Amino acid sequence: MSADAFRGPAVDPAIEADGLTVRYGEVLALDGVSLSIGAGTVCGLVGMNGSGKSTLFKALLGLVDVTHGSVRVDGGTPARARRRGTVGYVPQTETVDWGFPVSVRDVVTMGRYGHLGTTRRLRPADRDAVDAALERVGLTDLADRQIGRLSGGQRKRAFVARGIAQDARTLLLDEPFAGVDKRSEATLVRLLRELAADGRTVLVSTHDLHALPQLADEAVLLLHRVLFHGPVAEALTPDNLARTFGLDVSGGDAA
Amino acid sequence: MNLLDLILEPLSYDFMVRAFVTTTIAAVVAALLSCWLVLIGWSLLGDAVSHAVLPGVVLAYVVGAPFALGALVFGGLAVVLIGAVRESGRVKEDAAIGIVFTTLFALGLVLVSVTPSQTDLSHIIFGNVLGVSRAEMVQVAVLAVVGSTVLLVKRRDLVLFAFDPTHAHAIGLSTRRLSALLLGVLALTAVVTLQVVGVILVVAMLIIPGATASLLTDRFGRMLVLAPVISAVCSVVGIYLSYWLDAAPGGLVVLVQGTVFAVVLLTSPRYGPLRRVVRAGRYS
Repeated sequence: MSADAFRGPAVDPAIEADGLTVRYGEVLALDGVSLSIGAGTVCGLVGMNGSGKSTLFKALLGLVDVTHGSVRVDGGTPARARRRGTVGYVPQTETVDWGFPVSVRDVVTMGRYGHLGTTRRLRPADRDAVDAALERVGLTDLADRQIGRLSGGQRKRAFVARGIAQDARTLLLDEPFAGVDKRSEATLVRLLRELAADGRTVLVSTHDLHALPQLADEAVLLLHRVLFHGPVAEALTPDNLARTFGLDVSGGDAA
Repeated sequence: MNLLDLILEPLSYDFMVRAFVTTTIAAVVAALLSCWLVLIGWSLLGDAVSHAVLPGVVLAYVVGAPFALGALVFGGLAVVLIGAVRESGRVKEDAAIGIVFTTLFALGLVLVSVTPSQTDLSHIIFGNVLGVSRAEMVQVAVLAVVGSTVLLVKRRDLVLFAFDPTHAHAIGLSTRRLSALLLGVLALTAVVTLQVVGVILVVAMLIIPGATASLLTDRFGRMLVLAPVISAVCSVVGIYLSYWLDAAPGGLVVLVQGTVFAVVLLTSPRYGPLRRVVRAGRYS
């Protein structure tokens, strides 16, 4: 299947890239990536380390300069999405300082900052939004714990709650299953499915394939360019995976 | 001589009262800032900026401008130069910081040596808290109030910036502006603090209180109380010691802070070496 053939469900696209190319000096991180992900979808972004997954996230967050092409989130530029606070981000485990002196509630509250005045003083409505987000991910009882004193899965749910408190329409999760045990993984998968059912779009970068069938509606296989975009079952063929993880040297190129 | 005399005698001198007031003010603002610096991992940058302000302060002295202005200019210059050297590609950040701040500090030393009235300027390097004038004390207070106010008003954004700059960016905050704000307060605080301990030891006041407080609590709000209190108490004790031992006040203030840090670290139930003993006892 060619990369352009799959357009996802017939709804407004939440994420659109058109010929998106990002170059860091000599390194071509993304090379003409075109894709369209519908609102309310859970999409798995599969690729090995250095395949451009993080760069695609950075482009969606407006953190890198786009060399060619364009990218749109929630119907506008990443800059507009930033101003409106519609994109939520769940960072990779290794990039977080888990000893940082903040509680779970503090982290979730940071989701509200875009909605608040200069000093970020909370109004009652914001407290309610934080409480509701904590309730939604099942962390109400642990709200006053220091963030590092949670299990791997709970930590991820705390950051998802931050995105809920933010009322993000699009959630980007960077390798959320690393360091998460099987049961917590199932909880997290269920939570992300519920968020998609609310109409939010969830883009999950992973090189962990076994959670994909339960988690995602569709998958994007990425190796600097889109190798495949379509239903998960079709994505996980030996041939596709060999190309995605760079095992194929014959040079078949679907994009 | 009893304890009360030990405490009260220095206070009978005006210069000692000014020393206590100035030291406490500087200790508080530096300690507030240190809470962010140690969490972001900007200790080395704090060291750099606090040294790099020296030429700015000397030039401000020469032209009769406020010290803070010269410090802000050269603090900013140091940050820009560090960025430029690092972005050249080959030189790593720690080397870039080391090169830029030592060079600017050296420029400051040269300027001190060629500027008439050397006695005054050597105080910038080693501190001269026992000789602080009333006007200098007022200037320290004003700058400290400005710095503390900025930090406290923007504290939530600064905590977010320290904890997760990507999220800060994603919800539309300017991480560049927040880091500039923090660096500006850093330059300001360097001017305040160098009056007490001198340029060379400013960095101690900018790191030790926050590091000590972070061992004692896992709530940032409590760090913002603990760090200034610990820092102020250590500073007052340091000044007393300098009075009774007739030794360098700046050095003693930092020595007391370092000693308290060591005691807290060694006795910390969570981080100290004793924790292994405690745990072993619990499970035996």
